[in-house]
Amino acid sequence: MSAPAPSLFSPAAKAMAEKLGLKMGRANLDEFAATLLELAKANRNLVAVTSDSRGSAKLGPFGEALPRQLIEVGIAEQNLVGITAGLAAAGKKAFGVSPACFLTARSLEQIKNDVCYSDVPAVLVGISAGVSYGALGSTHHSLHDLAALRAIHNISLIVPADNFETREAIRAAAQSEQPVYLRFGKAAMYGLHKPETRYEVGKAITLRDGGDVAFIGTGETVVHCLLAAVKLAEQGLHSRVLSLHTVKPLDTGAVLRAGRECRALVTVEEHSVHGGLGEGCAAVLLQAGVSVPFRIVGIPDEDTVTGAPADIFRHYGISMEGLAEKAMHLVKGK
Amino acid sequence: MSMSARSETRMTDHELELKSIQLRRSLLRHIYQAGAGHTGGSLSCVDILNVLYHRILRVSPETFGDPHRDRYIQSKGHSVEALYAVLADRGFFPESELATLCRYQSRFVGHPTRQVPGIEMNTGALGHGLSISVGMALAAKLDAAPDRVFTLLGDGELAEGSNWEAAMAAAHYDLDNLTAIIDHNTLQITGRTREVCSNEPLDGKFRAFGWAVRIVNGHNFAELTEALSQPAETGKPTCVIANTVKGRGVSFMEDAVKWHHGVPSDADFERALKELAAAENRLRGMAA
Repeated sequence: MSAPAPSLFSPAAKAMAEKLGLKMGRANLDEFAATLLELAKANRNLVAVTSDSRGSAKLGPFGEALPRQLIEVGIAEQNLVGITAGLAAAGKKAFGVSPACFLTARSLEQIKNDVCYSDVPAVLVGISAGVSYGALGSTHHSLHDLAALRAIHNISLIVPADNFETREAIRAAAQSEQPVYLRFGKAAMYGLHKPETRYEVGKAITLRDGGDVAFIGTGETVVHCLLAAVKLAEQGLHSRVLSLHTVKPLDTGAVLRAGRECRALVTVEEHSVHGGLGEGCAAVLLQAGVSVPFRIVGIPDEDTVTGAPADIFRHYGISMEGLAEKAMHLVKGK
Repeated sequence: MSMSARSETRMTDHELELKSIQLRRSLLRHIYQAGAGHTGGSLSCVDILNVLYHRILRVSPETFGDPHRDRYIQSKGHSVEALYAVLADRGFFPESELATLCRYQSRFVGHPTRQVPGIEMNTGALGHGLSISVGMALAAKLDAAPDRVFTLLGDGELAEGSNWEAAMAAAHYDLDNLTAIIDHNTLQITGRTREVCSNEPLDGKFRAFGWAVRIVNGHNFAELTEALSQPAETGKPTCVIANTVKGRGVSFMEDAVKWHHGVPSDADFERALKELAAAENRLRGMAA
């Protein structure tokens, strides 16, 4: 890489983050790798399975420190999931780690049958998820994974927003008796939570309260929701911001409260607008008879624009400016 | 592995042959009653399962919860009726429950599921069992446990590329506690495997992938027992190519594509039972 990747944050967004007192952390990927190593040192029964992906997964130090707990299968994602399932069925706490794009498309049948249908406590970790690979193109994007996995019974889907959520999600997954899928990107993330925040799988975390607009975000879009909320506050709109880190099972209570208590609702995800968080929330609201101006922000059903992750986010309005504008239009009924 | 209770209950080849006739009768009855099932492949693999569950596997209804049991994964999940018949015979559940096979709300699904006592993993989509078995064999190696893992694959199933990913990994990790048995009946749903999309020679392919290969008559109890009793070679996974006849044991079902998932009519079923009774009489006569 000769030139630094463009920032996910405009100068104005950075200034806003600073004003809010947000501190830049490390990539959720780095947090994952450090947490997994810590857990594996304490639990010899924990194994990581990689498909020539230990470098991309930042698991090099894990492999050096605990060589017998890292199983390499080569570039063979179907085998990675099958082996992870077999290890889990035989009593290992097995984490299968591979780029989200390959893990959840090529190996979808192994996830469906060997992990979910067989009900083994395997953890699948989709690294470099969403559009993290940027200009490498759609072969490397995973904009389908939540949609595909939402339709499969017996797996929790977790998309952490920052280092805290990542750490907590990995720890929860290590304790889980049921299948878990986690996905995150590789860009450094602002810390969003107060030290006293409690994390619970399946429960949204309220980052900011308000009754004009509710932003329901998941994963690495949540920070942009928060910054947009602050920007809107300067224009007199009070926004609620929810980090909906667990896409399945969905925190229906939090979604319904947002729909009933706010004038408009915007969902935000680094995923196709089809079949992900937004449509999940829409189904909850409609079936409860809650009608509210509603907008799903994600990657539209088109050939994804080429560019760095920051370019793609900005292009589709997943930014402080883009989200504030969409929310304002929604509230004004435009 | 001599700690197994199986040595105490070891059956003679002759007793196993009689048992196989009983198992064939059982699986045919349940397919006939359900109006569904995979007849040909169940008949081709039932002798292999008979040997596994009566002579090889360190597993029983009492020890199924033991984390260090031997494991059997039926990758060719469609031949589940043979597995149900054997598990019922080994006492994992009453055989009478098989009357519910494929019925509304039955736990006896048309492919293996863990709802049924004795079944390790849910299979049925082809090309999954070998990877799962590699994971289980790795787990045993990590624990330095003596557990062995066995999986049964169809020869047609080997067209699934995932098998070869798993074959590479098994050799890479020197998994001599893993045995893959190929039910080499040479037929698949469309016709002869070599005509559908040839995957022969299987022995050469597995050897090239780093496996120790044994070729046996898949209906010969002594040969199966010898090949399955211990790994063929230290440091290598074992592939046992069991040459079988699809539909084995019922003359008009043998080596006939239509019996892949053909269901016997009343007349077929009666004729099959007569043939099996005659075979049983011959066997008992031989012993007398």
